[in-house]
Amino acid sequence: MFKDWFGSKSKYVTVKRQKEKSKEKKKKKGKGKGKGKITDELWTKCKNCGEIIFNKKLAQNLKVCLECEYHFRLNSQERLNLLIDEDSFTEFGEELETVNPLEFPKYESKLKKYQEKTGLDEAVVTGEGQIGGHRVAIAVIDANFLMGSMNSVVGEKVTRVIETALNEELPLIIISGGGGGARMYEGMLSLMQMAKTSAALAKLDDAGQLFISVLTDPTYGGISASFASLGDIIIAEKEAKIGFAGPRVIKQTINKDLPSGFQTSEFQLEHGMVDKVVGRKEMKDVLVRILDIHSLRGEVNA
Amino acid sequence: MPKDHLEFEKPLIELEDKIKELKQFMQEKDIDLTDEIERLKEKSERVKQEVYSELEPWQILKLARHAERPTTLDYINLICDDFIELHGDRNYGDDRALIGGIGKIGDQPLTIVGHQKGKSTKDNINRNFGMAHPEGYRKALRLMKQAEKFNRPILALINTPGAYPGIEAEERGQAEAIAKNMMEMARLKVPIIIIVTGEGGSGGALGIGVGDKIMMLEYTYYSVCSPEACAAILWKDASEAKTAAEALKLTAKDLLELGIVDEIINEPLGGAHKAFKESAELLKEAILTNLQEIQSFSISEMLEKRYDKFRQIGEYIEHSRIEVNDEQQDEVVNE
Repeated sequence: MFKDWFGSKSKYVTVKRQKEKSKEKKKKKGKGKGKGKITDELWTKCKNCGEIIFNKKLAQNLKVCLECEYHFRLNSQERLNLLIDEDSFTEFGEELETVNPLEFPKYESKLKKYQEKTGLDEAVVTGEGQIGGHRVAIAVIDANFLMGSMNSVVGEKVTRVIETALNEELPLIIISGGGGGARMYEGMLSLMQMAKTSAALAKLDDAGQLFISVLTDPTYGGISASFASLGDIIIAEKEAKIGFAGPRVIKQTINKDLPSGFQTSEFQLEHGMVDKVVGRKEMKDVLVRILDIHSLRGEVNA
Repeated sequence: MPKDHLEFEKPLIELEDKIKELKQFMQEKDIDLTDEIERLKEKSERVKQEVYSELEPWQILKLARHAERPTTLDYINLICDDFIELHGDRNYGDDRALIGGIGKIGDQPLTIVGHQKGKSTKDNINRNFGMAHPEGYRKALRLMKQAEKFNRPILALINTPGAYPGIEAEERGQAEAIAKNMMEMARLKVPIIIIVTGEGGSGGALGIGVGDKIMMLEYTYYSVCSPEACAAILWKDASEAKTAAEALKLTAKDLLELGIVDEIINEPLGGAHKAFKESAELLKEAILTNLQEIQSFSISEMLEKRYDKFRQIGEYIEHSRIEVNDEQQDEVVNE
């Protein structure tokens, strides 16, 4: 069954691997041949344990390493396939086109590059669908698009999905995975999306509606310091990197090495910042159970 | 030339030095140089006007970071008839980089929160250079909720390079503290006035930055990231910071044009650090005028306006397909 969720084979794996491939190529030039072969279309080398995995097998295993359980990043489509009941997802139809409001150098070409690379218009996919039969409004931030950073369009689409949840009284789920935070190229317009989405969530909260925030690798900066941290329930996928400031910035500031396991899901759990750390294979089940419990709206007092 | 003078102030300082020199010369040699001195004074004034009317973003950034700029406590002492600082977040500790308390301007009670920078290196270490930890944001939230309880308006003074990026800040949930503040500030049922008085450093600023009016002093900046960080990421070269400062559109003027800031509060010629009192007067006037305006609305109107203010921020083109004819497309531009 998992197989079906991950439709065509090697396509998904290449997103991550293209990067590795180009790195490998550079290496190859300098150090001679050999290593490049591993990143053949058919194989992926685990970033964690070095195990060489047949792509087909990796996809079947939800892109979790068969050897060490390392969770490879999923793109938004794979994430939706994993969580949403088959054929129940409808993407919201609005077409918002990103512009270059600050006329920031090279922004357009950057956008174009990522649009071609990911097949997405922007770093978020929003829509509604069912999870275990429960209708939900859902947004997935795609870390493959400009590091999943938030700009005007991403902020607007996230706000609209919150508003849809509010208007149609649907539970809201936002899957965060963005290391870019607020997108530099749109300056303060990006930063203010943090306030905009948080304000919209205040309304949802006032209405007594459920918001489940799911944090996946990586969740940082403007994403983590806004909607991602505001869930009634916050679930972190196993071994994701989650934090406010990036590790390099912290290291530079304090001039010390960072402790191992710093800013992982498990670190966040230990420090009381997330409700639960969940492996990819159990993620849907956990969400269904939470939705289930919240669907039972018994009278508390007559 | 003393080191705290900025590069672009150089011609001004030179003129001022020359005037002093002439005056001394006039006294010593008993020659009448009054005309000459007057001419130089006029020139100095003219140059000053010129220099400060055409400051580049990078120069404004330098002024915003000026070590002698009035701090939050300086402003509080100058504008308030009474102020009592209140400490601690009731959970972990007291952050000296983000202070708060209750006070009054005339008969107007206020809760004030703001980043606090130091005056000297030692003081700055004590204040962590105005970079707050989660407990700072949580103290601010505690005081702001208290303000709501007692129906007191809130004034937030922003002056921070950013929220502190450190191990302990992460352990105690920097991201959550900032996010929570924004969500709560969006719905607090009292007027909230935000003023950037120096540096508006990204999320660290926004953590006390949601309100009914956002104002900026003339020579301040508010940015998604520091130009240095931007340059290091985009051009792999921190020395490109000047270019980044221009590209990021971070000055008060730029942000007024982008519709993010509501008002620019003038500073005395030469910058707030040249005339604390005058600068504080201008600040006070802006606070009281804006407060009066916000207080003229009902609470629900106020909250609605506050929500809409943030709701409309963002620029993009919206395409909406008209079903009748595939080739027809409507474009709505949101600005």
